[in-house]
Amino acid sequence: MSDDPTDPDAGDDGSGTLGYQQARWTDSADRYEPLLSEKDTTEVDVGGDDSPLPDDLTRDSLELPGLSEPELARHYTRLSQMNYGVESGPFPLGSCTMKYNPKFTEDVVALPDGAVHPDRPDESVQGTLAVMAGLQDYLGRIGGMDAVTLQPPAGAAGEYAGILIAKAYHEAQGEDRTEVVVPDSAHGTNFASAALAGYDVVELPSAEDGRVDLDALDAAVGEDTAALMLTNPNTLGLFERDIETVAGIVHDAGGLLYYDGANLNALLGRARPGDMGFDIMHYNVHKTFATPHGGGGPGAGPVGVKADLAPFLPRPHVRAQPDGTGYERYEPDHSVGKVHGFEGNWLVLLKAYAYIARLGDPGLADASAKAVLNANYLATQLDYEVPFGPFHHEFVASAGDQDAADVAKRMLDYGVHPPTTKWPEIVGEALMTEPTEIESKRTLDQLAAAFDAVAGEDDATLDAAPSETSATRIDQVAAARNPRLSWQALGDEE
Amino acid sequence: MSFEIPDDCRFLDSHEWARREDSTVRIGVSDFAQDELGDVVFVELPAEGDAVTAGEDFGVIESIKAVSDLYAPVSGTVVAVNDDLVDAPELVNEDPYGDGWMVDVEIDDESELDGLLSPDEYDDQIA
Repeated sequence: MSDDPTDPDAGDDGSGTLGYQQARWTDSADRYEPLLSEKDTTEVDVGGDDSPLPDDLTRDSLELPGLSEPELARHYTRLSQMNYGVESGPFPLGSCTMKYNPKFTEDVVALPDGAVHPDRPDESVQGTLAVMAGLQDYLGRIGGMDAVTLQPPAGAAGEYAGILIAKAYHEAQGEDRTEVVVPDSAHGTNFASAALAGYDVVELPSAEDGRVDLDALDAAVGEDTAALMLTNPNTLGLFERDIETVAGIVHDAGGLLYYDGANLNALLGRARPGDMGFDIMHYNVHKTFATPHGGGGPGAGPVGVKADLAPFLPRPHVRAQPDGTGYERYEPDHSVGKVHGFEGNWLVLLKAYAYIARLGDPGLADASAKAVLNANYLATQLDYEVPFGPFHHEFVASAGDQDAADVAKRMLDYGVHPPTTKWPEIVGEALMTEPTEIESKRTLDQLAAAFDAVAGEDDATLDAAPSETSATRIDQVAAARNPRLSWQALGDEE
Repeated sequence: MSFEIPDDCRFLDSHEWARREDSTVRIGVSDFAQDELGDVVFVELPAEGDAVTAGEDFGVIESIKAVSDLYAPVSGTVVAVNDDLVDAPELVNEDPYGDGWMVDVEIDDESELDGLLSPDEYDDQIA
């Protein structure tokens, strides 16, 4: 134990920060836990003359990992020990809503009835279709939308699907609109979704208070405007108080209002995008409804629309049969087509259904209340300035004279995950912080202690951080200039 | 902090420079730009024979901090591209007015160069 107060390993100094040292498995000074392909391998004879394939397409032997089951289990356990997740400690990554995913949802999707082949006829999967229709209904009621598609496989895919729906709607009206308006503080996916759908993106500057600038909006919106994409509360955590005026400006010009569901966690059970005038929205079920964050794996990004837009939803869509005897899949009249297969990644969606059903209306309203309370409590405990407010479920502090990225790296040494950094750019050296509703006061205090410990440290300490983690300073420049994207590139020269 | 601003270059307010060479105009980004961007990791440039238009984007520059469009100071046809930047984008940081050049352009209208910022005007802008 050191007596150095800046050493996270030091004894209890009353600061409340966590003592932390991450596992670091190495087989040499410069190499972490080796890949399976770098461990023991065995040459296996697969030769034989009975293959009908040409000789140049066949081989006589294969190199396969020669590991025992315990060695395999240890490999993956070691990798998990060198990682950090919400089950390791607080994870206040702003805008990402890294809430804990309760384990009972895994039990639900493990039920054999949950996984049915998507090609089975409707009459043989009535229970599954009923749950799908139930989730569409839940999401519609939560967002204030009339119809919901479950098909898009991610939040960004939902955005894209939503913009395709807007485009199809305008075309059906005989209108050729070419622009989508996006505030400068919006998530980067908004710009990308609009551009991918073929629209010119008009960037809207924020007003001084961090909200939509109504004069700028008025000037930007016109007969070419297909949609305004907005998240509310916005990425500074601020509620767009003038949302009805904003909706009026966009609707008067014939445009549609698109709600980016990224920040829905702040509104659950209290306010609904549909009531604010939004016409289309996507739901980030991995943020709001506790399904796994994708990272490339199966995800889901349902899209809700007002009744006028329902005929344009992707196909197939699930509904109660008009005669009330059961549920069916059908193709909406003016469907934009498929944005993914079948009804999306169903087992992910089933987790969202289970979470919503378990919490119910009171539980969802309680979640948003605690998300907002936790963010506001944490902000009061920080030495860093928070320039914009009042905020809801997240806030953006400024690291001031410190480099936000270095602050983040140093926070790792205190056993907490850092906030999102350097974004939105409206706040200098931004520390975008979202503790979510899951944290207790004790954890929030530990988090605040980590922030404040780093706030009091000098640049040299920050520059050298992190030191307590399995991986220390990553050479980002070398990684970006010479990316090795496959294990097969491991042997390549620098 | 002071940045190198060669006398023989003219500038866009988006920090690209243009310099008259023998029969062409050479284009790159300024010392100030490379410093603001930080370590450049990737540069995407047009191909020889492509047309570029003054004020419009002709390529992309990516650093560990940001991705930015590159804007053409003049209009014309690309006659040479600095292929060295593919494997060594750090040349933009190390020598923005020399080995870090981007394209050579056969210029359509010689007078376009006169419309760009002079070294003094550019110096005022980044001061």
